[in-house]
Amino acid sequence: MAITRDDVDIQKIESIATGIRRRVLEHTLKNNGGYMSQACSAAEILGSVYGGMLDLGVLANPMQPSPFMGTPGIGGVNRTTGGIFHGEPSANRDRFIVSPAHYALVVYTALIETGRLAEGALDQFNKDGSTVEMIGAEHSPGFESTTGSLSQALSQGIGLSLARRMKGETGRNWVFMSDGEFQEGQTWEALQVATHYKLDTLRIIVDVNQTQCDGPMEDVLSIEPLADKVRAFGWDVHHVDGHDIDQIVSAGTKASSKPLAILCYTDPARGLPILNERYPVLHYLRFKSEQERNQYEAAYEEMTK
Amino acid sequence: MSYEIVARPHESNFIAWSADKPQVIVLTGDLTNSCEVGKWRDTYPERYFSMGMAEQNMLGVAAGLAREGFQPWLHTFSVFLYRRPLDQLEMAIAYPALPVRLVGFLPGITTPGGVTHQPIEDIAVLRAIPNMTVLEVGDATEVESVIDIAHAIDGPVYIRQLRGEVSRMFAKDEPMVFNQARQLSTGTDISLLTSGIMTEEALRALPLIASRGVSIDHLHVSTLKPFTDERVLASLSKVSKAVITMENHSIVGGLGSAVAEVMAENSIGTRLSRIGVQDTYAHGASQKYLMAELGLDARALVNRVEFAIGESLSISDAELSESRIVDVHSAAKAEAL
Repeated sequence: MAITRDDVDIQKIESIATGIRRRVLEHTLKNNGGYMSQACSAAEILGSVYGGMLDLGVLANPMQPSPFMGTPGIGGVNRTTGGIFHGEPSANRDRFIVSPAHYALVVYTALIETGRLAEGALDQFNKDGSTVEMIGAEHSPGFESTTGSLSQALSQGIGLSLARRMKGETGRNWVFMSDGEFQEGQTWEALQVATHYKLDTLRIIVDVNQTQCDGPMEDVLSIEPLADKVRAFGWDVHHVDGHDIDQIVSAGTKASSKPLAILCYTDPARGLPILNERYPVLHYLRFKSEQERNQYEAAYEEMTK
Repeated sequence: MSYEIVARPHESNFIAWSADKPQVIVLTGDLTNSCEVGKWRDTYPERYFSMGMAEQNMLGVAAGLAREGFQPWLHTFSVFLYRRPLDQLEMAIAYPALPVRLVGFLPGITTPGGVTHQPIEDIAVLRAIPNMTVLEVGDATEVESVIDIAHAIDGPVYIRQLRGEVSRMFAKDEPMVFNQARQLSTGTDISLLTSGIMTEEALRALPLIASRGVSIDHLHVSTLKPFTDERVLASLSKVSKAVITMENHSIVGGLGSAVAEVMAENSIGTRLSRIGVQDTYAHGASQKYLMAELGLDARALVNRVEFAIGESLSISDAELSESRIVDVHSAAKAEAL
C-alpha cells in the first residue's frame, strides 16, 4: 500500500537520524576513520527511508550479518542479497536499492537504528571475511546490487520496475543516489528511459550534498541547475531541504503519474559543525592529529549528552 | 564446394523458439532490424523493450530484469555490448552471474563498417571476465542451436552471432554441442582449430591441402569459454608437425591464445601458428578484402601449412578461387552495415 504523509511519524525519524550520526561518529572514532560527512548529510534521508516513508517488509528481529560466502558463480552459486534486511519482497511492498555504495556505513547504522540489523554488526565493518564491507556490495546488509562503481543502480531500478510491472506488482521501487552520480552519462540515459516507459513506480531520493572526493562540486564539475535538468527529462521533481524530514516525507508520499525525484539539498557537516574545518575535502574523515581526534571526541560527548 | 545459403536464420528461429518461453525478453539499442529481431518485436510487443542508443543503461536494465526472474536477450552489434559498456557488463551482470544473454552481431571483420563496428578483441575481453560463457557460431545450424545452449546456462552468455545470408555447413539435425568441438577431419600432421566464419574459409583450402598428402586433424570450435574440451587436448596431443589456429579475431586473447594455454599447461611442445588479426585494428572494407589484407583467408592457411611442413604444396590461386562472396547489399542483409 502506498504510504501517505499521515502514516509517517516524523519524530521517530528525527531520532533515527540522530542515532545514525551518533553511531557513525562513534565508529569513526573507534576506527580512526570513516565516511562521516555522508552520515551528516544523509541521516534524515536514510532515516526517512527506513523510518516509515517506504513500505518495506517487516522483520521479526534484527538479523546478524552473514559471513562472506564467496563470489557469485554460474548456476546460482553464492547468489545472495542484502535485500533480505528489507524484509520479504511482496507484490505491493516497496523495494529499495542503494546506489552510492560508499554510504554503506550510513546504511548499516540506519538498519541498526530501525531494528533490521543486529547491534554489534559494525564490529565486523571492514573486517576480513565479513559482508559488512566498507563499500557495500550485494552480499552486504541493505544492498540488492553491487554499485560501488557509481551511477549504475538507477538502470537496475528501471529493470526492476519493468519486471514488476510485467508481473502486475504495484509496490514502488526506490533508488537512493548521490549528486555526484549526475556527472555520469549513464544517469541521464536512465532518466530518459524511465520517462519513456512512464515508470510511475520508480522514485529516486538524492543526497545533494554538493561535495565530492576532489572538493565542492561547483569546482570539480557543476551539475546545476539539477532540478531543472531532471524536470526537463520528464520527471516529477521535488527540491527539498534534506534535513527537514517533513519536506522529505511530504515529497516522498505524493502520488505521481511520473517517475519521481526528491532532490534533498544537504549540509555535509550537519550535526557536526567541526567537520567544516576540513571543508572542502570531506569525502573521508581520518584524523590528522591527536588534537583533532580529541575535538571529535568532545563533539561525540556533546552528541550523547 | 557449395552449401545451402539460409537467409536470416536467427530471425524466424528465435521467434518460434520464444513462443513457449514467456520469461524471454528482448532489449535492443536502436539496431532492432539490423539484428533480425524486428519481427520478434512485432510478434511479442509486450516483452520487447527499445532501449535506444544507451547501452550502459541497457545492460543495467537487463540486470534488473534478470534479478526478477526474466531472461533478457540483448540484441545489438557486438562492439556495443562489451566495448562501450564494459564496466556495466562486469558489475551489473557478470559479477552476480545473472542469466543475461548478449547476442552480438558483426563478428570481427565481417562488416565494412570499419574499426568502430569491428569487434576484434571481444573474445579476449570476455574470456577474461569471470562467470562469462563465450560462444561463437559458424553456420546456420549453429545460429539456430546456440540459443538452446545459452538458455541452459544459469549465468551470463555472450554469443558471437551471424546474420543475413549464412551457409549451412552442418546438418540441421547436428546441433551445436556445448564445450564440444566438431571433428571435421582426422589426421596426424597438423591440428587445425578454426572458429566462426573461419571454418568455412578453411574448408576452401583443406581438400586441396589433403590432396597434397598433408594429414590434418580439423576441429571447429564454438565454445571459447570454458575451454576444457577433451577433443581439443586430444587433437593437440596427437599431431607431429604443427598446431594452427584460425580465428576472425585478434591473435591476442582469443582461440589462438586459449589453445596456447592448453598446450603450455599440458607440456605439448608442438609449434603453434596463429592465424588471426595480428594485433592491429582493421578498417572499412569488404570482408573478402580484409581477409586477404590481414592474412585471414584460405591462402593464409595454405602458407602456414607449407611453412609447417617445410615444402610447397603448389596450390594455385585459381584452385582457391572458388569462394562464396556475399554481396554486402544483397536482399538478405538487413541494411548496408
